[in-house]
Amino acid sequence: MNAIAGRWRGRLRRAGSARGTEAGRLLVIGLPYLWLTVFFLVPFLIVLKIAFANIQLSMPPVEPVVTWTQDQVLQLRLHFSNFSFVFGDSLYVAAFLNSLKVAGVSTVLALLIGYPMAYGIARAPGAWRNVLFLLVVLPFFTSFLLRVYAWLGLLGRNGPVNGVLLALGIVQEPLQMLQTDFAVYLGMVYSYLPFMVLPLYSAIEKLDLTLLEAAADLGCRPTKAFFTVTLPLTLEGIYAGCLLVFIPAVGEYVIPALLGGPDTLMIGRVVWDEFFGNRDWPVASALAIVLLAILTGFVLLLQRIQARGREA
Amino acid sequence: MPGRRSLFVLMAMAFGFAFLYLPILAMVVYSFNASRLVTVWDSANSPTLAWYVELFHNAPIMDSARLSFRIAATNATGAVILGTLAAFALERYRRFRGRALFGLLTTAPMVLPEVITGLSLLLLFVALEQAVGWPGGRGATTITIAHITFSMAYVVVVIQARLATVDRSLEEAAMDLGARPWKVFVVITLPLIMPAIASGWVLAFILSWDDLVITSFVSGPSSTTLPQLVFSKVRLGVSPDINALATILVLIVTVCVVTAGTYLVRLERRRLRDAQAALGAAP
Repeated sequence: MNAIAGRWRGRLRRAGSARGTEAGRLLVIGLPYLWLTVFFLVPFLIVLKIAFANIQLSMPPVEPVVTWTQDQVLQLRLHFSNFSFVFGDSLYVAAFLNSLKVAGVSTVLALLIGYPMAYGIARAPGAWRNVLFLLVVLPFFTSFLLRVYAWLGLLGRNGPVNGVLLALGIVQEPLQMLQTDFAVYLGMVYSYLPFMVLPLYSAIEKLDLTLLEAAADLGCRPTKAFFTVTLPLTLEGIYAGCLLVFIPAVGEYVIPALLGGPDTLMIGRVVWDEFFGNRDWPVASALAIVLLAILTGFVLLLQRIQARGREA
Repeated sequence: MPGRRSLFVLMAMAFGFAFLYLPILAMVVYSFNASRLVTVWDSANSPTLAWYVELFHNAPIMDSARLSFRIAATNATGAVILGTLAAFALERYRRFRGRALFGLLTTAPMVLPEVITGLSLLLLFVALEQAVGWPGGRGATTITIAHITFSMAYVVVVIQARLATVDRSLEEAAMDLGARPWKVFVVITLPLIMPAIASGWVLAFILSWDDLVITSFVSGPSSTTLPQLVFSKVRLGVSPDINALATILVLIVTVCVVTAGTYLVRLERRRLRDAQAALGAAP
């Protein structure tokens, strides 16, 4: 009797726990999914909608896209004028092209500086490695805004960089470095360097050193071994690092706003000015949609690389 | 031959770290300069703590710092709760409907330009207000929601990486001994991923504390965060009290990161030792 009751109790408990598991699973997946859908996915659909709206003087400064008219007609009016305006105006096209150029060049520069750094950290003796790693992470935790701001003082007319150049007699007059493209490139590489070094470091650290020994045993010179063994095996890290720098750099706002001149055209800044300066929400939205379309491919690529890295 | 190559690597590292740290160092040094011109050293009256004193008497800066702190702490807590759930979903439930989209939604906020995220969230809040009357103006609440949305992605990465290293057999053993899934999570999994949760919290806090662009889109006239205040000041050029502020923040972050780093290393070592002791005692 008791044995049967015990078995039934056990079975009931297992059934209850299975139902609990199902509810738990729903909660674990559902809650963050719901949050990201409401606050990340849906907003993009709204941006898309506003990009097809007309500007009007009101708050919010857009005409409704869908209206219910007095003679009971559901009207959907999509204005493509914002997009033809964006693609027709050479200023916007130039801003897009220039953003891609600035981001691309900054990415290459960051890779050239970041790779030897990551290599050095990954090959450093144990205790040193942790310290150096921490030194790369630390600027990442320090305010982005303040790190960009630091260059305002350094590059200024009577700043230390000009001071050194004058003292060495390299220039006779202080150089105008702020509000130039040079300052923007410098700020970009400086701010995004940790994003480049971290994935490179983890790729180089994973590298099997015996492969390099084998190459050396077979008479391969270190430089050749680097280009035929090390570099191809760390390509994954290179791609990840480049995408992590390139994607946010294309839409960067703070660096061109603080270090660039009035003629430094970058799309993040244009979106900002359209929105806050001209209060033209539809054009700002159209620009954001075009920017998003350009970057989507890169984001998908990054996600695939990261997913593969996690499985490995 | 190897000697020459390592010399190149050493020089590249020295250059790289100098590049990363000299600007920060310069900011710290200039914060003690008495001159209002910031980069012109006034050797007669420097070093001085005058800018620090002025900073603490600057009511708008202190107010916005308090607001930023409150938002950052709330954000970090929310982001850790949602981020842990999301990381668990991605790592433990290998298959569910819409997993690919879920993965994309947890990666994209990390890399998408902030102007896009900020603009889209503002348009959402405006649309919501028209439709249901909430959130009723923009301020600390909308900023916090926006911050949770983008900083959660970073938390997911940190916690998912940790979850992947947790020995599944420990969870299975607890399950075999009759523990419910929730209990397994609290008693076994949670303590094991605690370091990742702690670093995720700190990361989310700093991302929120530091954010300017997204905040500018979703904030209202009555809520000015510290980065917003700093930005409006530095747009006009270098300012000595901002150097003092930067120095304090750099100091706090350094102490936090170094403490957390050493603590985590020690924790890891103790766990390894415990594991070895347990293995040694087993047979």
